[in-house]
This record gives sequence, structure tokens and C-alpha cells, in this order.
Amino acid sequence: MSDISYPVVAPGVGDFRGAGGAEPAAQWKATAAGERLVPTHCSFCGVQCGMYLRVMDGRVIGVEPRNHDINKLRLCPKGVVAYQQVHHPDRLLSPLMRDTRDGPLHLVSWEAALERIVSEIRRIQSTYGRDAFGVLGGASMTTEKTYLMGKFARVALRTRHIDYNGRLCMVSAAAANKKAFGIDRAGNPWADLLETEMIIVAGTNIAECFPVAMQYFWGARDRGAKLVVVDPRETAMARTADEHVALRPGTDAAFYNGMLHVIARDGLTDERFIAEHTVGWEAVRDTVAAYTPERVGEICGLDPRQIERVAHLWGRARRCWAAHGRGLEQHLQGVENVLSCINVTLATGQIGRPGAGYGTLTGQGNGQGGREHGQKSDMLPGGRDLSNPEHRAYVAGVWGVEEADLPPKGTSMHEMVRQMADGEIRGLLGMCNNPFVSLPNQAVVRAGYDALEFHVQSDFFLSETAARADVVLPSTVWAEDEGLTTNGEGRVVKHNKAVEPPGEARTDWEILCELARRLGSGDKFPFTRPVEILDELRVASKGGLADYYGITYEKVEATGGVFWPCPTLDHPGTPRPFEGGRFYHPDGKARFVAVEWRPPAEPPDEAFPLRLTTGRTVAHFLSGNQTRRLPGLVEQTPRPWVEVHPSLGFADGDPVRVVTRRGAVTYPALVTEAIRPDTVFVPYHWAGAIAANVLTIDALDPISKMPEFKVCACRVERGQAVDPVPEPPMPPGEHPYRPETTPLGDPRSPTSPQGRGTAES
Amino acid sequence: MMGTTLFIDPGRCIGCQACVAACRECDSHRGKSMIHLDYIDAGRTAAAMPTVCMHCEDPVAPCAEVCPADAILVTADGVVQEAAKERCIGCGNCVDACPFGVPKLDVAEMLQYKCNLCYDRTSVGLAPMCATVCPTSAIFYGSIEELEADRPGAQAIDVFRFGSAEVRTGCAVVAPDSFTGPAPGGM
Repeated sequence: MSDISYPVVAPGVGDFRGAGGAEPAAQWKATAAGERLVPTHCSFCGVQCGMYLRVMDGRVIGVEPRNHDINKLRLCPKGVVAYQQVHHPDRLLSPLMRDTRDGPLHLVSWEAALERIVSEIRRIQSTYGRDAFGVLGGASMTTEKTYLMGKFARVALRTRHIDYNGRLCMVSAAAANKKAFGIDRAGNPWADLLETEMIIVAGTNIAECFPVAMQYFWGARDRGAKLVVVDPRETAMARTADEHVALRPGTDAAFYNGMLHVIARDGLTDERFIAEHTVGWEAVRDTVAAYTPERVGEICGLDPRQIERVAHLWGRARRCWAAHGRGLEQHLQGVENVLSCINVTLATGQIGRPGAGYGTLTGQGNGQGGREHGQKSDMLPGGRDLSNPEHRAYVAGVWGVEEADLPPKGTSMHEMVRQMADGEIRGLLGMCNNPFVSLPNQAVVRAGYDALEFHVQSDFFLSETAARADVVLPSTVWAEDEGLTTNGEGRVVKHNKAVEPPGEARTDWEILCELARRLGSGDKFPFTRPVEILDELRVASKGGLADYYGITYEKVEATGGVFWPCPTLDHPGTPRPFEGGRFYHPDGKARFVAVEWRPPAEPPDEAFPLRLTTGRTVAHFLSGNQTRRLPGLVEQTPRPWVEVHPSLGFADGDPVRVVTRRGAVTYPALVTEAIRPDTVFVPYHWAGAIAANVLTIDALDPISKMPEFKVCACRVERGQAVDPVPEPPMPPGEHPYRPETTPLGDPRSPTSPQGRGTAES
Repeated sequence: MMGTTLFIDPGRCIGCQACVAACRECDSHRGKSMIHLDYIDAGRTAAAMPTVCMHCEDPVAPCAEVCPADAILVTADGVVQEAAKERCIGCGNCVDACPFGVPKLDVAEMLQYKCNLCYDRTSVGLAPMCATVCPTSAIFYGSIEELEADRPGAQAIDVFRFGSAEVRTGCAVVAPDSFTGPAPGGM
């Protein structure tokens, strides 16, 4: 990191209308003087846009676009205001503690907080066994921190119970990629999109979830590419697509089987690629033979001719691209959905070339890096397998512990919550997650946390989950620490430190090291700077699938990002891991996996005739803890709503009660033709009584254990009054920052899913 | 002849409001956005369109023409500036006169606010903040040649018809090449 002057940036260098050279107007004050620009990346999604933080007198005062290779200056509305988290008045500045499980939180010293945590860990582990204390991490942390989470659980606590919120985000794609390709990574850098001829966007609202990635998709279209968007809603991207495949939620696998049926029937497969680079085509070919366009049209609620058209667009293009997101993945058969899409890609040889690409779009900033280095219940650093004796022995060697002392694999995040309710897990350390909003079926989640004997949570704002904890530790925002993240392309970038943490806030890695020291494992956690953690991680990942050995801060800063695997210091990284049809199974070939479509866990019936699907809106991020307190974003989208088709008989703004077998919430209606008549949509970023997880089902994919957020049965009825938006939690006696321009409790629905038009504000 | 200017391309807009957020960051009107972001087909599609000051030039910008206090100045390079704070009397004539509905009147301050084309940025060779961050280049800053190189088949319209009157603008709107202008300007 270095201090640099203002960048000279494109596009459009030069003066307005080419006249050039006029002096700034009188009274005009540009305040560039005295500022320092710190190059970094965004705190939010898996695109990981480059940005500069403007720093003056030890404070982050704004943002300046950065011409980084990923985003080329662009930012979304969250990225523009990300810096406002740093000095936000709601920041937690000192530890909080409650003396009894249901007593009030009060301020406490770090010493007392740490002492309590350590004594509770000791008490619980000695009374109920080591596995009775669990750890839940998150994938918005740097890779260094996520690595340390795994090591802390397995070395300092020696518990098998560690998992992370990527369980809600990435695991179905990861499991499918592992099965098909032998490695969990996207196939291509996004720049390859500019050379594609045909794109399928499968269940991802890119315009709202990854706005800055849109430039690659629009860029491909500028160059003539066809665009197909598969989504029950006509998203901003689907609006002008060549084909909008508005299928019923929960029918994805049938659709891709149908596409492949037509492709195989009409001789559009790439037989040479299949023969040379894949295994298992015959079983898939036989399976998809039963998925005729007519049958698939029936299952998916589509015109069979559209399935034919999409299959022909794909089958006849020379270079195709499949991009998918949670719409494909968050299902009871999420892994199989992804595999059905990969089957199309493999059968036509559309992978591993410029313009021929495949990849999931990771939701969290470090969705990729956060799942590779050991905070997932079954994984060790480097994408190693916790059940593989050789992998265990290698990592144990790096950590200086006995292989036999490493715990076995644990359970998934939502399973852990159920184990809390059952008394199997009695204590919990949570970092970088907010399960009260992010997990499905809120009642089950609350029951799990309520049953805990001890719960410690770290965060920089008091999240709904942290507000229930016995000890809350104030942690840092991204601009107060440095470390690596890996974006959706598999590109490793670096966050830089811009300012010191406020008050008594500490980084999560410092907290883990201090706890480890007090638990008697200090010698295994001697880290004083993130680079020391990285250096150990590099060795721990060496030789694994996710090999980071050759990745250093210097290399990342010098190149604009390094794609893993990167096994040696002079290795350039691997932007296209599947180039030349090379895959990561021992025989170098990809695997077809035959998939039969199965209905969702809760198909509609007479009592609950509609399908509820959930998702994001552009102004907010995941559980909303980072965005529901930022005025501009609250102004854009102050509250959740329910999106309904006009045929259901409601008017805009009507209070509509959405009812599922788990609960009911009354939202204002956003009536739009841009959704299927049999489907309703609720965004999931809000908490408490208006949270989408009052409604969602906690059915899990049997392979990935990812919850089925994307479909459950519901009904809608006329409500009395719209349920109010609860205030964000604050320590006792404090009130959340709320400027007059963004009053809480605005009962209106937004103008459009992206928010409220500014003419109305 | 269009030089380096703003091009608005509604076909690419995803309605994300990055432009609105970016405009709020301007050090001359921190916290206030000068961009109007409309969801123009609400209830039917997710379509959206940003409206920025078009920096009219024909014969001079209507807002400047009607300003009784001569507060709205036009720079030599064609930027129609926000009403100068020491001159503006908050009468709202400019708000009524603008054919695109752009200027905003702060009734508490009795001052007009509008887009200055990020003069602090453009005068030193940077693009305006909205065009810099726009994820889809629905707001594009550059020359017509750069625009055409980026998106073949696009055409820029800088003449708008309002009833019998035509207004020529310094900024342009992108339309498909099948369209023949001037663009319908509204009521």
C-alpha cells in the first residue's frame, strides 16, 4: 500500500464538449488537497470492485473510483457508500456482556469479557465434551481470518463443530463443481465473456446482486451475443434478454435436462469433447431422453417451443457461457440443479476457452476464498478434505499437532442450530454472520440460540444475532485491517488498511489469537500481522487443490489479482483452470452426473397454492446488518415488500399477508407483471417480525446442506396493516442513527424492485 | 458537433441508483443527489432511466434564460452551472422552465441545486462521478466516437421536441439506429 495522487482515469478524458480549459467556477472548492487515497476493494459482494478510500486526518471521508482490472472504475450504490460504515455512530466501540442468559447487556472491559469467554469454553467443554462448543464463521472475512477460524476450532478448541455462512451461499455450487470438475472454481475470468456468442444466466439477478459484473454481460451483447435469463421474475437483466425463461421456482433441473434433450436429439453435442474430456455421458443422455420439451414445459410452466429455441441458441453458438447464482443453488436439489446445468456445458464442450465459460457468482465478498481454507465443517486449508488421512496428516504437520488430535468433520450451519436446541451444542462463538436473519425458519433458529448456555458473537454493528449473545465483541470493518479475498472469478485481491479501529474494536484475528493464548494454545497462534497468517496459510494450502502457495501480498498488488491455483512463487496463476479440456479428477476428465428432477420440499397445495421465492434487492446486502443503517440505502429501499402479479387482485401498497406453514408477515404489495402469477417474491435483508425467514422452509439439500430459500408453499390474503420495520438493535440506552431524510416505518412499497424512484423522495 | 459529453442510454440502465449514490458524494452538495432516477414502466417491467442536466444550448439554456437574477451562468465550454448561491433568489423560475424537470429547489435554503457536470472532475480530465461509477455505462462520458466503438449500432440524439419547440442539448440520449430524431421530449 502506498500513498498515491489522484489517478488519471478513463473513460472520457478531456473537457466537456471538447472546448477545453475553462477555469472552475467561482466558489468552487475541490477538496483533493491533503487527502490520501488508499487502494482497496469493496466490503460487499463477490465481484470485489476496486476502490480508493479517501483518508484525511485518520478518517475515511469518502470514496474515489479505482481503475482496477475487475471493475474498471465502476461501483454499485452499496460500493459507493461502503465507506460510511467506518465512522458510523452505531459502531460497537467496547465489549458488551449480560450476566445471565436473559439479563440486559451492559458495557464491560475486554479483560472481563475474555475471561468470561474462556471460563465458559472450559466449563462447557469439560462438562459436555469438546464438541459441545461450536464455532460459526463467515465468508465476508479475509482469507487470513477464515483460515484462522478453522485452525482455532480444530487446534485451540479441538471441536468438530465449525461451519460458516457460506453454507447459505456457495455450497451447492461448490459441491457440484467438485463432483463435475474435481475442483471448486469458476472456469473463466469474466473478461472472457466479451468473446462469447450465447449466455445463459441461470437463477441470478445480476443487475441487483452483482451490478458491476453487468458490464461484461452488456459488453458481450454489444458484440452480438444472445442472452437468455432463467428466472421466475423479469429482472432488469431479463427485461431486454433475447429469451426470458420464466420457469416455476423449483423446476430448474427439469429445464436443463430439457435443453440437453433437444441438444442431444438434434445432434448439437460436441462428441469429440465428450469422448476426450468427459466420463459418464451415456447415463446423462439416457436420462434426458425422457425430458421432452412437452414434459418439461408442463413441469416448468413454459412454452415447449421456448425450450427448443433456447437449446438451439446454445447448441448452434460457437462459444457459450453459463453463469448461475442462488436461484439455481438454494434448493432441495441445489447440487443436482447445478450439475444439470454443467451437463449442458460439458455435452457441448463449452468450457475452458475464451468466450466458452462457466461459473457461479459468489454472493459474499470472499465467498470463494472463505470456503477454501478450513472454516467449512468438512474441509482443511487448501481445499483439503478433513476425512482424508493424508490431508489430515499434512495440515497437522503444518500446525504442529498430532493428526489424531484433529477432530473429525462436523455438521452444517443449520444442523448446528438444531443441535443447539437439542443440547448437543451448549456454547457458540459466532463471527461475521447474522443467522437470525440469514438462516431459514426463524423460530427454529431462535430456539437454537435461546437454548445455548453461552454465546459470544463479534460484529461491528450490533446485529440481531449479536443482540442475543452473552458477550458481544466489537470488531473491525474491512477498512481497518488488511488481507486477501477471492472474488467470483477465483481472482485473489487484497484489502488494505485505511484507518485504525475506533474505540476498543479489535480485528477478529486478534480476538482469535488472544482467546487461543488464554486457552493454552498461544504457541500455535503467535501472529502479530495478517501477513504472518498468510504465510502459514500458503504453506498449509501448498499441494492442495486450492493452492495459494505462490500468492503473496506483493504479487497481488503488482498484478491486480492472482487466480488460484498458484503453486509456486513464480507461477502466474490460473485464470482458466479448464483450458484445453483439463479437469482435476485423477484421470483429468470431467464427470457427467445424471440428474432426475424432483419437486421441492413443499410443493404448493390447496391450502398454500403459491410459490414463495426470496432474494436480494440492490440497495441492501445479505442480512442487512451492514446496509440497514446507511441513510442513502435506506432512502432507496426502506423496507421489504411482497411482489405479486396483478392477477392476484391487489393494488400497489395494499397490505398483503403472506402466510406459510411457519409464519405470516404483512408486507405492502408491489404489483407487477414482471413475476409469474403463481409466484410471489419477498426480499430477505430485514429482521425480526418482518423477516423473510419467518416464512422460509428449513429443508436442506442432502448433499450440500444448503437451505431451500428459493421455494416454499405460501398463500396471500388481504392484510390489516403493513408490519412495521423494527429499529436496528443497539446497546442499552442507545438509539440507532437515523437522519430526518430516512424515517423508519415508511409503509409504502418501492416503485420497482430496485427501490424508490428519486422523484418521489 | 458533440465533443466529450454525457450520453444516457436507457436500454442499459438497471435502475440500481449507483449514479444517485455517487452524486450524493459530490463535495459541493454532499448528501443530495442531483440525478432523477425514474422507474418509468413500474408495474410492468423493471425499466429505469436516469435524468441528468442536459446542459441545453439552444439558444441558451432555458433555465439560464429565465433566471431573473442572472444566477445561472454558462461556461465557455458549455456547462450550464448551478445557480450561484450569492445570486440565487430561490424563485423557482428555472424549475418551471427546464424542459427536462432537472433543477431542484431547496425551499428551506431558498436555493436552486442542479448538476454542474462535476466541474471539479471534468475540468481536470476526470469523468463525472455518475458516469464513472455507472455499472452498465447507461451514463457514459466520452466522445461519440468512443461511444460508437463501444456499442455498434447506437445513435446519439441531442435534439428534443417539446410541442412545436425544439431544444438542442449538450448531453445526448442513446437510441437504436433505427430511430430518427428529434426525440419526443414529453408533453
